[in-house]
Amino acid sequence: MAIDKIYDDIPGTVVFDSDYATKGYHLNQFCISLRLAANRDAFKEDPEGYIDKFPMTPEQREAALNQEWNLLLELGGNIYYTSKLAAFHGINFQNLAGLMTGMGEDYRKMMLAGGRQIDGNRYKSEWDDQ
Amino acid sequence: MAYISSGVACSHVPALGVASDSGISNDDYYGPIFKGFEFSKQWIAKEKPDVVFLVYNDHCTAFDARVIPTFALGCAGEYHPADEGWGPRPVPVVKGHRELSAHIAQLLILDSFDITIMNEMEVDHGLTVPLTMMYGQPDEWPCLVVPLAVNVVQYPAPLGSRCYALGKSIRKAINSFPEDLKVCVFGTGGMSHQLQHKRAGLINAEWDERFMNLLVNEPEKGASIEHIEYLREAGSEGIELVMWYVMRGALNEKIEEIHRFYHVPASNTAVGHMILENR
Repeated sequence: MAIDKIYDDIPGTVVFDSDYATKGYHLNQFCISLRLAANRDAFKEDPEGYIDKFPMTPEQREAALNQEWNLLLELGGNIYYTSKLAAFHGINFQNLAGLMTGMGEDYRKMMLAGGRQIDGNRYKSEWDDQ
Repeated sequence: MAYISSGVACSHVPALGVASDSGISNDDYYGPIFKGFEFSKQWIAKEKPDVVFLVYNDHCTAFDARVIPTFALGCAGEYHPADEGWGPRPVPVVKGHRELSAHIAQLLILDSFDITIMNEMEVDHGLTVPLTMMYGQPDEWPCLVVPLAVNVVQYPAPLGSRCYALGKSIRKAINSFPEDLKVCVFGTGGMSHQLQHKRAGLINAEWDERFMNLLVNEPEKGASIEHIEYLREAGSEGIELVMWYVMRGALNEKIEEIHRFYHVPASNTAVGHMILENR
């Protein structure tokens, strides 16, 4: 019997489970390779040549090259990995959250004001109503 | 004989390491957080544990997607701060206690916890930020460290109940080590936070407070919190709070809460910190 993914009803969230991890393996290994300066240099010099060393899907490849942060997660990327690609582009964790939430600078203000409240953010059905 | 005297719970937000390393820990943003640890620095200077057993998670640094151990025990003589993409943190090398680690590793496996043994391992901010928060910026860390890395990156993390039971097994193992050592157990990570996708920025202060209360007063109940509750109520990355239960399990049932601090935000995260003493 298939695994019952009871966490799939949480809105705006990709739970990086075994299926995502399987799907995203090469994408994540590409991202984490950028932890090392030599690899960052190689990627900077020849982005397409470098990324082609990692046998990811064409969709993942495009999303990585186009910095589509939410799509990368939906295609199996994990935030601790994709954040290394973001860092390569000079985007820190908080700026990255601003991009993923579509809030930009307002994201930092929201955090200073206590963060995103839990009420109304527990179930996908609560977002559908909006 | 070795014994456990106390436990520390502490978030390990990377930005706190950056703030300390770049000398901005007194500014308007970080000042209130570091102030919450002033008591803790004085406390640990008096407590003087010989060894810190430090439960943390690696952030794809020592372990990328190739190898994902659920529980990995450091058994090395030293652990170098890793380059996480910005060069290694300018903090002292972390010194281990090989004999104590080896003793714990053997007893854990015989007690049905099939941990991974790490004879070489670099450590990232998950381990070094709590040391910074508790000890400041010494030339050498004033304690030896036995690291336990827990997978909380790829779902599922180990269950809270399993972490709690592991803590109890660690307590037994430490208590049977023949050298006179005072051990403090750190449980790190948390509190509520979500770093990813459209719900990023989630903070649930009410839930965090309940979590801390359960940890102290009703650990059996708190340890049974299910993964779905962590994910929904504390955010997808808030699930790393299961690591606090390894620490709690290593302490006596009867403890005294000496200090509690809670602050929002540090970057994307609610910072939580507690000091618990065995009674």
